[in-house]
Amino acid sequence: MTEKRVLLSGNEAIARGAFESGVKVAAAYPGTPSTEILENLGTYQGPYVEWSPNEKVALETGMGAAFGGARALVVMKHVGVNVAADPLFTLSYTGLVGGLVLVTADDPEMHSSQNEQDNRNYAKFAKIPMLEPSDSQEAKDFTERAFAISEKFDTPVMLRTTTRVSHSKSIVLLKEPAEPAAKPRLTKDPAKFVMLPGNARKRHPIVEKRLEELARFAETFPENRLEWSDGKLGIITSGVSYVYAKEVMPKASYLKLGMVYPLPKEMIRSFASRVEKLVVVEELDPFIEEQVRAMGLEVSGKSLFPLCGELNPTLVERGLMDLSPTPRAEEFKSLPARPPIMCPGCPHRGIFSILSKLKLFVTGDIGCYTLGFLPPLSAIDTCVCMGASIGHAMGLDKALGEEALGKVVAVIGDSTFLHSGITGLLNVVYNKGAVTLIILDNRTTAMTGRQDHPGTGFTLKGEETFRVDLVKLAKALGVKHVKMVNPYNLAATERVIKREVQRREPSLIISQAPCVLSRREKTALNKALGVSPEKCTGCQACLRLGCPAIEWVKENGMNNQGKKRKGRALIDSFLCNGCTICAQVCKFEAIKGTNGK
Amino acid sequence: MENKVTDILLVGVGGQGIILASEIMADVFMEAGYDAKKSEVHGMAQRGGSVSTHVRFGAKVFSPLIKEGEADIFIAFEELEALRYFSYLSPHPTILLNEQRLNPPSVSLGRDLYPEKISEILSRRAGYFKSIPGRKLALQVGDFRTANIVLLGALSSILSLPEKIWQDNILRRVPPHAGEINLKAFELGRSA
Repeated sequence: MTEKRVLLSGNEAIARGAFESGVKVAAAYPGTPSTEILENLGTYQGPYVEWSPNEKVALETGMGAAFGGARALVVMKHVGVNVAADPLFTLSYTGLVGGLVLVTADDPEMHSSQNEQDNRNYAKFAKIPMLEPSDSQEAKDFTERAFAISEKFDTPVMLRTTTRVSHSKSIVLLKEPAEPAAKPRLTKDPAKFVMLPGNARKRHPIVEKRLEELARFAETFPENRLEWSDGKLGIITSGVSYVYAKEVMPKASYLKLGMVYPLPKEMIRSFASRVEKLVVVEELDPFIEEQVRAMGLEVSGKSLFPLCGELNPTLVERGLMDLSPTPRAEEFKSLPARPPIMCPGCPHRGIFSILSKLKLFVTGDIGCYTLGFLPPLSAIDTCVCMGASIGHAMGLDKALGEEALGKVVAVIGDSTFLHSGITGLLNVVYNKGAVTLIILDNRTTAMTGRQDHPGTGFTLKGEETFRVDLVKLAKALGVKHVKMVNPYNLAATERVIKREVQRREPSLIISQAPCVLSRREKTALNKALGVSPEKCTGCQACLRLGCPAIEWVKENGMNNQGKKRKGRALIDSFLCNGCTICAQVCKFEAIKGTNGK
Repeated sequence: MENKVTDILLVGVGGQGIILASEIMADVFMEAGYDAKKSEVHGMAQRGGSVSTHVRFGAKVFSPLIKEGEADIFIAFEELEALRYFSYLSPHPTILLNEQRLNPPSVSLGRDLYPEKISEILSRRAGYFKSIPGRKLALQVGDFRTANIVLLGALSSILSLPEKIWQDNILRRVPPHAGEINLKAFELGRSA
């Protein structure tokens, strides 16, 4: 059997590694930079793969499979592990029967995240081993090794990637999938799986002993490897930091760690004793550095490299060679920024133009609609984590009472609501909050690339399934006032929002319109619109929608009513898809079909 | 032996087909027998934001990211974005500039000015400079979305790799019905 050589992203490689390891059950909630792992695994025949409603459910599903003797893969972004932390810490105690690998895809630099927590800390906190690949080949190999370690040591294993490992492509050699080691079966073992205090107290010493055994294992684990050159500079590193360091300092000696927890202390001690200078190159927290220093060794790390943001070869070179930053050329310092924006025709735009107009305090959530924060809409006032919008509005209501009435609204997407908004809404009803929630139901998980969820009626594999009814769900929670709006009808939507925010009772507005990028539901949009150069007064009301299809043309002149203007609006017919929101905000009827006619 | 790695930086705006172009490129380099790596950021950046993709090939490539000051070949799909990544240029870079200006929101709103004379700035800075009317050529073959393949064609003309590898990989990556026009777009770019 010849091996096949392909270019894979780290995420594709993890999916391949899980497939080659005979994974039986895989579960995840989409989150950048982790999403493509399950999307890819879903293209293989064999494994059961699901989008779970959230990361906690995903991990619990994986645990069930592993308790039944199957190999399970559970995938999430770094902040997803916070959601799954509850089962994770006790899974450390129970262990499992079949192997369980939990992938955490961290996002140093926060390319698409609200924080850049370093999830290596979770391994130490939960007392479980963690592997960290440097490229796609390792991503695949380490997935296979993680399953083996999981089963050998009766422990969940975390596999940590970062954005640059998940989303970089490099060459990978493929193998054929292995036959699963054992057949799944039901085994009763309450002393192991029922974590009542009496049982849990007996499991904790087992966890501590396991950690010692893993630390011994780390000393001979082949992915912790010494690359000896000479004794001048010794670098301890792992993950993507390793390839940056190798790039800029190919002649140093390396202790390359494939397992970042627990650390191979004897290897480190022996390496340290052979080098004149010892440096740890790692992104974010001084996770390895602090442990090395706690061993009584002299080491540098965060004194040379930044604590915040991701590393890159330039920063690693600067740190290792003690270089000062090269100043940027003057002329390019103040370039106009180009932030991500809502698509032309996006159903969220109309809602946020209304919220902006009404000057409401908007408690926000995680999704495409968070872009409603950016100017010119500037209509998001809080954004912290999945589901938080509802709690924030509740807290404001309870703190401010009458003062906040009519001034606050919570917005959340459909996928985010089903992830962790339901309990928030339940609380609003239970504790009599005067909270108005808008669910922006675009029937997909848009921001991560349009994944299905329980509200779409389709599974990860594209099979039809029951579609949760948001109205019935809200009614069952006890919400009496539920209104549906069409976000492309501004006047009607505004009337509903204005009335509902005044209520002294829980109320829910569901904005219903599929994402314009939806593969399944084609929005019935019209032909591109145009601006009449004669009628446009240059008032810029349409420009304040922040639609990428509308531009400002500077030109002093007059419209056909004799009104002076400094410029006029222009619609790019390639980008416009005729959603008509701009035509609705134009008071001069200047925006009509193509060319404004 | 010296391990000479070629660093290619592609910059532009989400939606211009930069990621597809870089995927094809990386596959071509691998098939031509090199080690190759490619890196970009997905997610938020797709929504019309600034996008940069790093592609590196050579005997052995470690970092997926290019070091500042070391991009040998710089392909700017959009003019303003070319300036944003200026610090990545090597001392004598090859610069391919797609003649296209896409206004960022602050310019559309009339709050910022789109920088002028970008082509002059780039040609002065370049060891070799070529300006390519990507969108115009793409429209000639019948679909403005093939502008990314036009630029691949232009890149292929400065790298000495067999044309067939490029063609095969383009066909593998584009939808079957669009194969022919993409090959035409590639040819136009190659002879531009």
